[in-house]
Amino acid sequence: MLTMIPQLVIGTTDLAAAFLFMYGLQRMSSPVTAPSGIKFAGVGMLVAVLASFLYAFDVDAAAKPFLLVNSALAASALIIGGGLAWWSGKEVAMTAMPQMVALYNGMGGGAAGAIAAIELFGAKTHGITQIIVTLAGALIGAVSFSGSLIAWAKLDGVINKPLRIKGQQAINGLFMLATLAVGGYIVFVGQSGSEPLTPMANLIYLFFGFALIFGVLMTLPIGGADMPVVISIYNAFTGLAVGLEGFVLQNPALMIAGMVVGAAGMLLTLLMAKAMNRSVANVLFTNFGDTAKHKQGAIKGDLKPVEAGDAGIFMRYAKEVIVVPGYGLAVAQGQQKLYELVKLLQSAGVVVKFAIHPVAGRMPGQMDVLLAEAGVPYDLIFQLEDINDEFANADVALVIGANDVVNPAARTDKSSPIFGMPILDADKAKKVYVVKRGQGKGYAGIVNALFYSDNCDMVYGDAAAVLTKMIEAVRGLGLKAAA
Amino acid sequence: MDFAISISGFLALYIFMLAAFAGWVIIGHVPAILHTPLMSGSNFVHGIVVVGGIFALLNASTVLEQVIGFVAVLLGAGNAAGGFAVTDRMLAMFQVSGHQSKAAKSGHRKKG
Repeated sequence: MLTMIPQLVIGTTDLAAAFLFMYGLQRMSSPVTAPSGIKFAGVGMLVAVLASFLYAFDVDAAAKPFLLVNSALAASALIIGGGLAWWSGKEVAMTAMPQMVALYNGMGGGAAGAIAAIELFGAKTHGITQIIVTLAGALIGAVSFSGSLIAWAKLDGVINKPLRIKGQQAINGLFMLATLAVGGYIVFVGQSGSEPLTPMANLIYLFFGFALIFGVLMTLPIGGADMPVVISIYNAFTGLAVGLEGFVLQNPALMIAGMVVGAAGMLLTLLMAKAMNRSVANVLFTNFGDTAKHKQGAIKGDLKPVEAGDAGIFMRYAKEVIVVPGYGLAVAQGQQKLYELVKLLQSAGVVVKFAIHPVAGRMPGQMDVLLAEAGVPYDLIFQLEDINDEFANADVALVIGANDVVNPAARTDKSSPIFGMPILDADKAKKVYVVKRGQGKGYAGIVNALFYSDNCDMVYGDAAAVLTKMIEAVRGLGLKAAA
Repeated sequence: MDFAISISGFLALYIFMLAAFAGWVIIGHVPAILHTPLMSGSNFVHGIVVVGGIFALLNASTVLEQVIGFVAVLLGAGNAAGGFAVTDRMLAMFQVSGHQSKAAKSGHRKKG
């Protein structure tokens, strides 16, 4: 009787949580309902966490004497961990969002790995299925933990350069095999009951050690612009690990939530990889963009620099302008300035739209969020497939801080490494202005044929500074400024 | 009556399969503009791992288990709380034409 009521309450709240998670995610399919979606999911989380303290009524006999201490530990961990993360999540700048998501994701993976560790150290698993699932969750969780931390360090600028060493893939493979071997041995010892060569605890340490190192090594060589894929895949990994540990703990809410996220993350990963015209394996295991071995087709034409002010005035008298923002805009913190210019143009009767490439930014859809933060209404923001046909009708395409995603070589040059990648057809506009810091190449390390085409002019300078000049020039025409 | 949950073998696989399918379908309908909030939202959802952490910690009977359990709850709580905070903030910024958001008003923008 004493255990029945807590079980009933926990069962009900977990069921409610699983429903609210899925309902909440489902509401995220439209910008109108999305804000309430996350709140539904939040309620689910809150009741599930509160109810989980009722497990105290039904603990193992061995843990009974520690119940008070353990409850206090759980409550304080909840408050400290939750409080710190809540505060950092509220404080962080929107441009720093990718690294925060990576960090929180790594924490989830670490938590899943830690749960697995308790089950293993306490020998709480029963049967071969449970121990294999525990180890699988432990491996995926640990890789997600250390890998996400490296991703966080890279995005945050703590680690600046992709670290690549000779024979990296062989070393990575070796660590993977070592992890699997130790895991296999743990299963064997657990099943046969034979005496392990070294105490079981050492094997478990070894297993986690190898898995953590593998996560680090796997993430270190991956470059910054590939981060959308990396974050997305680790998100899926953590979900998977949580789902597997949910099975071990016999908790269907964890199983469902984890697997929903695992599948969602997998789908997003594939979408991102597709937007770069590369396979997921290619992103993870090849060092992209560090060598330009391929031959470049000769490019005709010259780079034609123009003054920012002239470009601004030209746009003022255009009928339709499509803006193509890239990560360079975010680096220059030019989003606010950009929207200020856009509002000026709009008040002069110019139709302005934003065209966003799927991999613009450092996580999927980051550019959309950064524009939203600057106040750009989402009905002005268009995705690649929705706007590409419209470039032909546009008078001006304004490319700011983007490069490879507007390189027409992806359509025409079979020898180009980005051939086949879906691009924004900015080159089809009657006039193209490219705002760029200097004459450098893009992430892929290839020359952009667009810059040399007849209808393209270059505006050199920091994006924010260039936009300021454009605003001044348009204002100078004596227009009333936008509200 | 007993409300203890027992999931084994194929039952687990059925749960995993249906959940994975649900996740795939739900996320397939999310437009690209919402991919960042979605990812951060699903990142929040796997924060439910904190519940497993609390369960494991309450059942801990050695110091080692208590330490790892504490870490599990700490990290899981961070995942859940942080995931919610950033997702909620992001979604509050999305708006249609003609509406001024609080986020935009607090930005550095001149009005002239």
